Amino acid sequence: MIDAGGANLGSVCAAFARLGIEPEVSRDPARIAAAAKLVLPGVGAAAPVMRTLREHGLDAQLRESNTPLLGICIGMQVLFNRSEEGDVEGLGLLAGDVCKLPASPGLRLPHMGWNHLQRRRPSPLLEGIADGAQAYFVHSYAVVGSSDAILETTHGSGFAAAVARGTVAGVQFHPERSAALGARFLKNFLDWQPA
Amino acid sequence: MLSRRIIPCLDVRDGHVVKGVRFRDHVDMGAIEALALRYRNEGADELVFYDIGASPEMRSVNVAWVQRVSDLLDIPFCVAGGIDSVERARAVLHAGADKVSVNTPALLRPPLIDELAAAFGSQCVVVGIDSQRDADSQWRVRSHSGDPSKMQVHARRTLDWVAEAQQRGAGEIVLNCMGSDGVREGYDLEQLRAVRAVCAVPLVASGGAGTAAHFDDVFKDADVDAALAASVFHSGAISIAELKSGLRARGIEVRHD
Repeated sequence: MIDAGGANLGSVCAAFARLGIEPEVSRDPARIAAAAKLVLPGVGAAAPVMRTLREHGLDAQLRESNTPLLGICIGMQVLFNRSEEGDVEGLGLLAGDVCKLPASPGLRLPHMGWNHLQRRRPSPLLEGIADGAQAYFVHSYAVVGSSDAILETTHGSGFAAAVARGTVAGVQFHPERSAALGARFLKNFLDWQPA
Repeated sequence: MLSRRIIPCLDVRDGHVVKGVRFRDHVDMGAIEALALRYRNEGADELVFYDIGASPEMRSVNVAWVQRVSDLLDIPFCVAGGIDSVERARAVLHAGADKVSVNTPALLRPPLIDELAAAFGSQCVVVGIDSQRDADSQWRVRSHSGDPSKMQVHARRTLDWVAEAQQRGAGEIVLNCMGSDGVREGYDLEQLRAVRAVCAVPLVASGGAGTAAHFDDVFKDADVDAALAASVFHSGAISIAELKSGLRARGIEVRHD
C-alpha cells in the first residue's frame, strides 16, 4: 500500500483485511520494490499525491516497475498523463488526460453515490462482476474516452470507471466502499497475474 | 444512471446509538457497530453518524468508534457533530470516515467550509443545515439544534446559506427541515424544492419520513439525491429492503445487489 497521504488509506487497508490480507503501508522505495502487488489509494486532489510520490522518488520507480499496480480514485487519475485539476503532470503510465466532468442542469457535481458499471473489455479483474452492477463513486474529475477502459460509467458523459493495461490497473470508484462488488474486485486484483 | 440514496442516520452519544424524537429524551439502542452492520445488510446506501452531544457541549467526536466502524463497513459513511476545525476533521477522516458534516461551527465561522474543502477536497465536505420557516414565511437557519435549551435562531436565510456554502466548497448539502422532523408526516417538499433550485451539489433531504410513499414524494417532487431518516428505520416501521424494492418498482432508480 503506497502511502501517498490519502485519507482513504486506512479504509482500503481494512477492505483487504476483510479479505484476509494485511497490506504493508510504506513510502520506502526498497519496500515498494519488494512488493508482490501495489495499491495506490488517494482522495482529494492529484497534486499532493504526485508531490508525495516525487519527494520519495516513487514517480520514477513506478514508471519502471512491472509489479501489478492498482490505483484507486485519485490513485487511478495519477496513472494518466495529466490532470486538469490544478494542471498536474501524472505518472503517464496510461495515455489520456483527467478532465472535469461536464456540468449541466439536473446533473450534480461531485458525482456522488452508486452508479452502474458497463463492461467495455474483458479482463480477469472483472471475474464475477455483472454488467450493470453498481459501485460507489465520489469525484468531479474523470478520464473520458480511454482505450484502456474495462468498465465505463455515465454521469452526463461516459467516463472510465476501471482501466487496465499491462500490469497497470485503476478504478475511479471506491472498492473499499462498494460492498460485495468492491470486495470481489479487490480479490480479483489479488489473484491477477498480468502477462 | 446515478441511484437515489437511502441513508439511515444514527444518533450517537457516548459510544452508543440513541433514539428519540430528536432534541429530547434519548433511549439507548445499543452498540454502534451492531446497528451499522444491520443497516448495511438491509441495503442502506450510506450511513450518517451524528454525535448529538458534540456541538452544544463543545466536545469533539471520539475517533475510536469511527475507526471501528470503518474497519467493519464496506459502504460509505459520514460523521457529523463537533467538527469545528481542519485538525478535528482530519482525525475523523483518517479514522476512516468518507465525509465530515459541519453545521453549527460553519454558521459561527463560515470560512471553516473553505478550509475543509482546501484541505480534503469538496467531496469530503458536507454542510448540514437545520432550517425552519419563521412567522414572516422566510426559511431561516438554526444553530446548536442538538440541545433545545441552547438552540439559536439566526438572521441568515436558508436559501442564502445554501448558496454561500456551495461557493465556499461544500460538496453536499443535508437539509434538515425542523418543522417536519420527528413527526413522520412527510418531508417538507416545498422547502426542499426551493433549496433544490439553488443547489447544484448533491442534496440530502432530512426530517419527516413516516411512510414509504414519503420517499417516493421527496425523490419525484423535490428531486433530491438522497433521503435521510432515523426513527422509521430504528423502529422497524420501514424496512430498507422493502422500501428500496418498492421504489424500484415505481420507477425510481435505487441500488440493488
